[in-house]
Amino acid sequence: MNHALNELIAQQPLDGAALDAFILAHDIPLVDRDGVTFLYRGEADAVFLRLFIAGLPAAQPLERVAGSNLWVLRFELPPGSRFEYKFEVVRGASNEWITDPMNPNKAADPFGANSVCQGFGYLPPEWSLPDGAARAGSLDEFALDSRHLGRRHVRLYLPARFRRNRRYPLLVLHDGTDYVRYAQLKSVLDNLIHRLEIPPLIAALTDSPDRLHEYVGFDAHADFLVEDLLPGVAARVPLEGDAATRCAMGASLGGVASLHAAWRHPGSFGRLLLQSGSFAFTDIGENKRGPVFEPVVRFMNAFRANPGRPAGRVYVSCGIYESLIYENRSLVPLLQKQRLQVRYEEARDGHNWQNWRDRLRAGLTYLFPGPLWMVYE
Amino acid sequence: MKAHESARTTVLGRELHRTLRGLRPVTAGGESCAVGAPAPSARLTSAGRGRDDRSMRDYALLGPQYLSPNLRDGLVGLGIRGPLVAVTAGWQEREGEIDELRAHVELPVRDLGLYARTEQVYADDPPLAAAARERQERLQELQELYRLRLASLMGALAELGARSAASRAVRHARRAALGDVRRLDRQHLAATASEHERFARRWPAAERPSLAAHVAALSHAIEGADAILVAGGHVAVLLNRLRLFGMAELIGAKPIVAWSAGAMALSERVVLFHDRPPQGAAHAEVLEAGLGLVRGIVALPHAHARLTLDEPARVSEFARRFAPAQCLALEHGSLVRWRGGRLAEARDVERLSRGGQPLELPT
Repeated sequence: MNHALNELIAQQPLDGAALDAFILAHDIPLVDRDGVTFLYRGEADAVFLRLFIAGLPAAQPLERVAGSNLWVLRFELPPGSRFEYKFEVVRGASNEWITDPMNPNKAADPFGANSVCQGFGYLPPEWSLPDGAARAGSLDEFALDSRHLGRRHVRLYLPARFRRNRRYPLLVLHDGTDYVRYAQLKSVLDNLIHRLEIPPLIAALTDSPDRLHEYVGFDAHADFLVEDLLPGVAARVPLEGDAATRCAMGASLGGVASLHAAWRHPGSFGRLLLQSGSFAFTDIGENKRGPVFEPVVRFMNAFRANPGRPAGRVYVSCGIYESLIYENRSLVPLLQKQRLQVRYEEARDGHNWQNWRDRLRAGLTYLFPGPLWMVYE
Repeated sequence: MKAHESARTTVLGRELHRTLRGLRPVTAGGESCAVGAPAPSARLTSAGRGRDDRSMRDYALLGPQYLSPNLRDGLVGLGIRGPLVAVTAGWQEREGEIDELRAHVELPVRDLGLYARTEQVYADDPPLAAAARERQERLQELQELYRLRLASLMGALAELGARSAASRAVRHARRAALGDVRRLDRQHLAATASEHERFARRWPAAERPSLAAHVAALSHAIEGADAILVAGGHVAVLLNRLRLFGMAELIGAKPIVAWSAGAMALSERVVLFHDRPPQGAAHAEVLEAGLGLVRGIVALPHAHARLTLDEPARVSEFARRFAPAQCLALEHGSLVRWRGGRLAEARDVERLSRGGQPLELPT
């Protein structure tokens, strides 16, 4: 534990003013090479750290420093780690989940905000931050009347210096709006294109009003992507014709939907970018992940029995703190056996948008290498 | 003083001496020219044109232009008052979008349209287009084979570099390993040059009506210009178009201002480089010979962003690999200018030194 904090805590009674000064002078939680120390100040009956790291208890109690309203918890954390958490504060019958009041670092996702713990040595990648020198692409929405899913709104990312006399690769995203909002997709694309690390490309950002139904191996959604979306985008912007220039991508259930579409329509997507895919399956026994996963398991079992060759090149990533790490690791040899080119990457991270943001450069540059070596402007 | 320190001091001393003597664009034969000294004669660039006043050509090489352009400075330094013709084929489908360039130079500029002309020539002459495609496939294969061999040699070089240099055997092995890389580079240059020569013999421009007509039109356009601008962009595309229309011949002794990939394409040897690519190996590689209109240098646009210039061993290896040519870092604001065959000005240009430091060229 932090030496100065230890000395403070050792004093009895605890010197409140000194503690205030300590907190002001330090980034909370306290991170060192070996681990992390969480602090909470306030009256409560109990305080728990709530986190979603596979292998660790989901709730870990903070310990009250005697004679004070300071609560402390320390555990070991490998360098470079990153995870999200909340505090559960119990007061009588009240039970409240809150972000860490002393930690300004928060991550938003569709379910709200979490506090972020960045382990020793973690840095957000500079290529994900807005870069004033990078030429900006644009995002425009169009309505697409799908035979399979009815009217859908799709956003198109067009790269900076888009020209109609050029043909572009296409990236099709699931949860596209969330990728922009929570994984800084637009800045990432602008930066990587500007740095020539990927070619100028077009991205079709799709969203689902009911992803728990549509992203679980739902045939109509796969048909929508291939039979409605691809021609719909091609009618609006000039695309390259080869499947190797088309990529389906998504995170979590979006990864399942991407793999399912490519499997159901081989030759449609030559590239797949799958982040923390919810690839639940049962080799034996029953699905234990709940009813939402029933169709996922049905699809994945069928896929694993007969994988075919859904794409030519695939990037797969997963955080090692995710419960899905086993399923993602299992996918890799299966794809390799089918003679697909596969790049697999793990990170000390969880099932969250910052993890998916941080892997975008590796995934996109693997699937769409840019003209870095040839272009000198 | 320890032996290795003494050796390093000697190297630094030589670098300092060289810098004080000024820039020496060195020819392949090892000649050099200091500031104020005449440049070596240009060699024959094709049949029918010999040692002429091209060796006295005025030219300026610049770094990237899109953030803080200094093209106008280059033109003023050369005493160019216009009109100009421009090659923007490296911009590919954006070729000819030169409004900003015109506004910056405040001179009449006509884009030569090499990228569009190429499309037209190939549409008019399918056999030529097919032959060019086949040549490109052979060149790509040569590049892949070269890259494969290069990776192995560079791996050996890196491994030797990581060993202590205390032993004479290690020092000798390092020199030999670098020699292997240089030999491979030369072999690749020769192999690609041979492809181009074969193509030129088999498909002479004069016998292809569409191509000949475009060459005549370009010749006429260039004759009426005071100078040629060659912009950056995709260096292989640019070089391919410059070569197709025989631009080295058409430009003759006209002054040239070139930047980024333009500077690379005009030099004797195009070197592709990046020390931190997101995927794959980080070995600089020779693409092929450039037009050879600018002698004795390897142009390195964006060198500070692309190379780890703070690693002396890497800088030194780069400089020694391409010696006797001078490796010039061309950044935003860089300008190096020759006039009447003499180096006239160098502004914000660094050369990679054998001692491992980027050294500012004397102005």
